[in-house]
Amino acid sequence: MGNERNKITDKLVALYQDNLKDLSKDSSNFINTKREIAIEYFSKTGIPTTKNENYKYTDLAPVFANGYTKFFKPQKFSIELNKAFQCQVPNLDTYTVLFSNGWFYEQNLTQNNLPEGVILQSFQKASKEHPELVEKYYSKLAKSDDDGVVALNTAFAQDGFFLYVPKNTIIDKPIQVINLLRSEKDLMVTQRNLVVLDENSSAKLIICDHALSPCRFLTNAVTEVSVGENAIFDYYNIENQHNLTTQLSSVYIRQKKNSNVLTNTLSLHGKLIRNNISVLLDDEGCESNLFGLFLADKDQHIDNYTFIDHAKPNCKSNELYKGILDDEATGGFNGKIVVRQDAQKTQALQSNKNILLTDNAEMNTKPQLEIYADDVKCSHGATIGQIDEEALFYLRARGINEKEARMMLMFAFAHEILKKIRVDSLDVQLIDLVESRLRGEFSKCDFCNYNVIK
Amino acid sequence: MLSIKNLHASIDGKKILNGINLEVKPGEVHAIMGPNGSGKSTLASVLAGREIFKVTEGEILFNGKNIFDLNPEERAKEGLFLSFQYPIEIPGVSMVNFMRTAVNEHHKYHNIEPLSAQDFLKLMRDKKKLVEIDSRLTNRSVNEGFSGGEKKKNEIFQMAMLEPKLAILDETDSGLDIDALRVVANGVNKLKTSDNSTIVITHYQRLLDYIVPDVVHILYDGKIVKTGGKELALVLEDKGYDWIKNGKY
Repeated sequence: MGNERNKITDKLVALYQDNLKDLSKDSSNFINTKREIAIEYFSKTGIPTTKNENYKYTDLAPVFANGYTKFFKPQKFSIELNKAFQCQVPNLDTYTVLFSNGWFYEQNLTQNNLPEGVILQSFQKASKEHPELVEKYYSKLAKSDDDGVVALNTAFAQDGFFLYVPKNTIIDKPIQVINLLRSEKDLMVTQRNLVVLDENSSAKLIICDHALSPCRFLTNAVTEVSVGENAIFDYYNIENQHNLTTQLSSVYIRQKKNSNVLTNTLSLHGKLIRNNISVLLDDEGCESNLFGLFLADKDQHIDNYTFIDHAKPNCKSNELYKGILDDEATGGFNGKIVVRQDAQKTQALQSNKNILLTDNAEMNTKPQLEIYADDVKCSHGATIGQIDEEALFYLRARGINEKEARMMLMFAFAHEILKKIRVDSLDVQLIDLVESRLRGEFSKCDFCNYNVIK
Repeated sequence: MLSIKNLHASIDGKKILNGINLEVKPGEVHAIMGPNGSGKSTLASVLAGREIFKVTEGEILFNGKNIFDLNPEERAKEGLFLSFQYPIEIPGVSMVNFMRTAVNEHHKYHNIEPLSAQDFLKLMRDKKKLVEIDSRLTNRSVNEGFSGGEKKKNEIFQMAMLEPKLAILDETDSGLDIDALRVVANGVNKLKTSDNSTIVITHYQRLLDYIVPDVVHILYDGKIVKTGGKELALVLEDKGYDWIKNGKY
């Protein structure tokens, strides 16, 4: 495997070198400088191996061994995407931005209606139009020397979204980012996003994926988020692709004084999903809520890695991840919490609960607490179990057939995460999606059933 | 209604029921009394279809059907109801969804049109009144955070919703104060008709002041050792179970 791995690294480095001109052409010098540093690291470390403690449960080599096409500029469409594609979740009112294979769709319309001072645009464009903002925050939290996946992303970073919310600004509706993937050949997609919330501001982000072609897609998305003093930020990542896709999502968040963050990672469908969430509680009075639900069947694999760094006193973190694994599916949860010496009065709660529906499904869970302060309240727990037989009998004894009763119990298990969604109508839609997914039905939103973009 | 012949059952190889015979006719209320460990709850569990108990001998006919051919949900839909001694908490499953699913499954089984949302809510409202259960409880998850008394009331509420032919009340009085006991017993009595039957399983005579049985059985060591009228319960109250345990009956 070592040899295979070197081959993968060499191939990706060669891809970089062969396309460096196209890669760099429309990005700012700053981005291109980071790019060079990143490929330097990547050529040494390659993609992470399972020997890396943080990637213990996920072997990325097989998915990278597959050959992928990569586009270095956005593709042209004969149709207008935002006319052909509209999210039709009932009553969900959002500012919508479309992406095509990782590129910000230039004809996105809604951004004009955003509150004054809010910037929502292509990352590539922002790197030139708002260099002072981009350079202050880019590549500060997501470091290439920490993680080969981030290094690879930084090396190939071209586009993504840039969101800036100025001081005292509350965005009245959630921003919905819809990633459309379509290709005739297996495709590697890189997306790099940057979010900056100034003090007293608030924003909610919803990320949706739609893989419209039956190809192997490998998406490597890195998002850096800076949350200012008293700011409130919600991040919902709805991963709902298909049995051939690999989704690597890395989110890095830094919180300033009294800020409040909620992330909810809903992994409904994909061949291989790896989510990294890293939160730095960098000032007093912060609250951070990390929730996740993952559903896997067949030979799917879903791995959640979270890292919460309690760097300052009086912060709260609350983490709950739940998974249901069927067939031969495998899963991983690795939740690391560090409480620094300074971070007195920290409250950190972590829990990971899993249900295995078959003897062949496998779940690995690993809480890691490192506490250097002495006045803290921390707890962690992990369970791996089956459906509660007592509860199952109770439902059956009232006349509910076994299959339906199992379904009700699984759904109840999942519901604890879904009810944490702080966006009206989105919760209702996800309840529907999760229910149809658990029933083994096709679980896409109605409109996304149609392969609208030919 | 119910006919049990020579029923033997065991759990993990340990024999619990040692040849039970019992006939319950429509409209009758039977009380089954006995000391702890005599097999009362096992009998209830076997009737409801708990798979952890193994039936080694005997037969049970329910409305003429061999009960062992029916799984727990089919037994329920045939009209058998078990009020659990320890009702289970099911976080995340709402009472409304639970009851709607159960009622509709019953309707489907008997080829009756499913209830409209409006009719279902009306049914809920009526039955809540009947068993004096608070909306605060029925708006929650199944039994989640309910007190002991509330859980037992909720069992009777479910019974009211499903209108069984045969209700088995397993230690429904345990853990109830006198007010809750009266409410629960009132509910059961209001649901009583000349067509349905009730088996009251209890350790104490107390509940039988409110739900008056036609027949009282004393279960001991997995067998019915004595059967009599409602006065038998009073004898037990007076003499205690030692009388039975010492074999002086």
